[in-house]
Amino acid sequence: MLFAFILIPLLAAIAIFAGAPARKTALSAALLNILGAGYAASTWNCSCWNTGFQVLENPDIKLSLGLTGIGSVMLILSVIVTLAAVYSGKCPEGREKIWFASTMLIAAGAIGAFLSTDVFFYYAFHELALIPTFLMIGILGSGNRKAAAWKITIYLALGSIVLLAGLILAMNQMPSWSFTDLTAAPKHQNEIALLLIIGFGTLVSLFPFHSWAAAAYASAPAPVAMLHAGVLKKFGLYGLLVIGMKVAPEGMAHWLPWICILLLGNIIWVGLVTLNQKRLDLMLGNSSVMHMGYIFLAVAALAANENNSIAEPAAILLMFAHGISIALLFSLASMIERKTSTMEITQLGGLAKTAPALAFLFGLAGMASIGLPGLANFAGEVMVFFAGFADWKDANGQINMGWVQWTTIIALWGVVISAVYMLRAFRRVFQGPLVKSTETATDISICDKIPAYLLAATLLLVGFYPQIILQFINIK
Amino acid sequence: MENLPWFLLLIPIASAAIIQLGLKKSAALSSALSTISVLATFIIAVLLLGKDFSSSFNWIEAGTLRLNIGFKLDQLATCMMIVVTGIGLLVHIFSLGYMRDDPAKARYFGCLSLFMFSMTGIVLSSNFVMMFIFWELVGLSSYLLIGHWYQKDTAADAAKKAFLVNRIGDFGFMIGILMLWAITGTVVFEAMNGASLDTAGTYLAGTAILLVFCGAVGKSAQLPLHVWLPDAMEGPTPVSALIHAATMVAAGVYMMARTFFSLGITAENMEILGNAPDVIAWVGGITSLVAALMATQQNDIKKILAYSTLSQLGYMVMAVGLIAPEAGMFHLFTHAWFKALLFLGSGAVIYACHHEQDIWKMGGLLKKMPITAITFLIGTLSLTAVPFTSGFYSKENILIAAKDSPLLYIAVGVAALTTFYMFRLFFIAFLGKARDHGSKDAKEVPVVMWGPLALLTAAAIASPFFSQFFPTNGHVEVHAVPHFGDKLVLMSLGAFATGFVFAFLLYFGKDKEPISIPLFRNKFYLDIIYQRLVTVFQDAVAALVHFFDEFIIGGLLVDGATRSAQGVGNIFRRFAQNGSLSSYAYLMGLGAVLVIYFTVFAK
Repeated sequence: MLFAFILIPLLAAIAIFAGAPARKTALSAALLNILGAGYAASTWNCSCWNTGFQVLENPDIKLSLGLTGIGSVMLILSVIVTLAAVYSGKCPEGREKIWFASTMLIAAGAIGAFLSTDVFFYYAFHELALIPTFLMIGILGSGNRKAAAWKITIYLALGSIVLLAGLILAMNQMPSWSFTDLTAAPKHQNEIALLLIIGFGTLVSLFPFHSWAAAAYASAPAPVAMLHAGVLKKFGLYGLLVIGMKVAPEGMAHWLPWICILLLGNIIWVGLVTLNQKRLDLMLGNSSVMHMGYIFLAVAALAANENNSIAEPAAILLMFAHGISIALLFSLASMIERKTSTMEITQLGGLAKTAPALAFLFGLAGMASIGLPGLANFAGEVMVFFAGFADWKDANGQINMGWVQWTTIIALWGVVISAVYMLRAFRRVFQGPLVKSTETATDISICDKIPAYLLAATLLLVGFYPQIILQFINIK
Repeated sequence: MENLPWFLLLIPIASAAIIQLGLKKSAALSSALSTISVLATFIIAVLLLGKDFSSSFNWIEAGTLRLNIGFKLDQLATCMMIVVTGIGLLVHIFSLGYMRDDPAKARYFGCLSLFMFSMTGIVLSSNFVMMFIFWELVGLSSYLLIGHWYQKDTAADAAKKAFLVNRIGDFGFMIGILMLWAITGTVVFEAMNGASLDTAGTYLAGTAILLVFCGAVGKSAQLPLHVWLPDAMEGPTPVSALIHAATMVAAGVYMMARTFFSLGITAENMEILGNAPDVIAWVGGITSLVAALMATQQNDIKKILAYSTLSQLGYMVMAVGLIAPEAGMFHLFTHAWFKALLFLGSGAVIYACHHEQDIWKMGGLLKKMPITAITFLIGTLSLTAVPFTSGFYSKENILIAAKDSPLLYIAVGVAALTTFYMFRLFFIAFLGKARDHGSKDAKEVPVVMWGPLALLTAAAIASPFFSQFFPTNGHVEVHAVPHFGDKLVLMSLGAFATGFVFAFLLYFGKDKEPISIPLFRNKFYLDIIYQRLVTVFQDAVAALVHFFDEFIIGGLLVDGATRSAQGVGNIFRRFAQNGSLSSYAYLMGLGAVLVIYFTVFAK
């Protein structure tokens, strides 16, 4: 049954290559998946969805899929962003096949990874999704697309190798590659944790392995940026939570100071880099790198104390919220570019006058991404901060300021930084008098509105009532 | 009855949502819906006066964390609800006239409804996290309303500034909430108690309170985060009256009162907070003095009132710091009515003078718009604490709280300055003769605008007599009626007389500014200093970091990538025992690289 979620987009991709009408096929596949995920989420309450078969006896590798609590949240995220991605962006004339087929392949890979309950296939599905990502940037990207594609390929391929090394080192000490058999590794925990932090970290653009991200997202066609930044990138964080914390809890604790310093690199350092961006797409790309720092903060809280019960749900909720909001922002940025033919912030102005719906949606998404209450990201961020302070007072009532508490306090300053760059951009793009590029711009069409409102409504719904996502994680 | 308070939240958010989703094109329906919604909430607020109960539901439940959305009704909350919905209602009605010809009237009323929702949320909050949520949401509505005329650069900049300065305050507020949560084990007001502060120690408890106070410094525009409020006058004047004078800016005082009541902080046990209360009191005192000095040299009618608001908020904060939050709340309550009155009065003047805001271009308005002028005068008398006006009673309570502190002299000095700048305003704008065509053609405003002024005048006079609704924590005698002949009353009367005489001598019958004090006129140059600081510490540092990021991290890592891959390979070989898998790993990674290379680059 769960195979359907992967097979539908996979078959859609094959059909598109075989000559089926590209956009319609992709849309139907995305819709089917969203319906399926809705059904799965509303009825799921046991392991009855689990499925799989043996691939290798030694090592013990199975192609097995299961719907865990966290996995269902990621599945919902994937199908929503996939549908929005299929709708978004303007496909160049004559390239429909590769455009829509790649989108479907990325979706299939991402969903496969999040449904896998076997470490090997978890890894393999992600690799499957990366290849069309690289191709799309290299072939259909904008600007300096070859440089951007080369950079992301080098970084992510090397990151994947480091990661695989860490995984093999860990899995050799486990009875099988299945998620259910993961336990704390008896040996080499520090080395495993280091390899996983660098490997997964590179895939999530952890400082200082982040320079691939902004350039790649700025160059990538909208659906690819949406799917990678929104969904696929969460693979690394998911891996750290589900695998890293299980196989090397002591190793993670050993590297805690480094995790804290690097995540502050994301929040403060990259935050300042974001502040200095002159192009809207680069600014959004950097902001997405910056916000990874908050999810790493939850990882750090968990590394400091693996019994921190707030950190994991906080991370998952924030991953979901960030995925939706960044997908919406990339989608809207591509619309702005289509309407005004520029991404230079200084060449824009007053767009709210000529495109009020676009301004409303961008304002909402921007506010979400800077953590305004009432929108999903705030719920996630506030939980992360609480997770950071959960162990402030130890069992004896003694108060100790540790790495995580100091990091949380410094990280909170990032909330100010992100407000500065987001409001500055909004101010310059949408407010003030009209300029040449914006005075003839038109508002977005109904076709653009559908995916945007879908994402915006998700942000509002989860923001007002976060339990709708948290309920999946609370059920064990 | 138990569910009635939820409607206080549901009605305005429903109104905002309906306007945003369906009524954008219909200004008349939007304004009617918004006004009716606030009338309904006002009626509910009256019904709930004096009630005392609470209710909540789970908003976030994960692991050991429980965060609720709920309401807590008590004297403090119900009383504040009357201020919010009462002034809200009058401002909505006034806006029907003031914003009649605005092309974006529907958006304006939608945002007002959003504001009513957010402000109600702050007042009803049963816990700190909920308060923070609505705290930021009032920030959003304030941002949207200041930037109502967003095509004007000044309005768009002012809106942005207001939001960002408040964010800085909220940075501290959030840390304070986290610390209080870690210390007391809860964020719920009812469940907090001061005893747990003892175990944390003076230093941590005081720090936590001061961090929470940071939120109030931002929202209530205290030094050094006061710079956004005068700029916020770029918004429509009714908005200035409601948000930037009567309700939102007072939320800081409300929040601190709520905090002190919940933690049971009184004059007897205040030492568990160390020096924190002194810091709060002095921040308030200095703000009230500095803002009053700035107000004496402004020419824009709204700016004078804005600095006056800063100054009065400083008074309230000072009272809170002197552990007399009930005196601060009492002043908040009386101030809300007469300051809303003054702002709407200035709105009427601006409307009548064809959007002229410079008082030196007005003059003689007493004859041309008598209702506005007389109501404005009553507001002025209340603000300057003339005996038997509402401001007199509430200010006297603050003086009583300050009587053993050097802050008393600041408070009396500020009272004199307040009288001085308010009568300067009144003499120049309302007396003498018209100095510009705007004021020559001025006519009395329509009833939809002077009606609210008249009602606010009534409320400004009567407000101290609703005294039984005032919050107490059982330790302090609330708003003692001052005795004439008392030293404090004499000081207050002396202050009034001094301010009035100087204003009369300097400004009565004058047509241009007789004195010039650049330091006050230029707001102690604080705005310019901040601007420079931001340019250096934020923008220049950001540019430097960007440079390093691009050329050092980006450059070095890409170059070093091949070498580090080799290093990783070595580690990997040492530990990995499974030969077939390790070669698979290389194949997969290399394969990906080669596929990309051949399809994209080798053409």
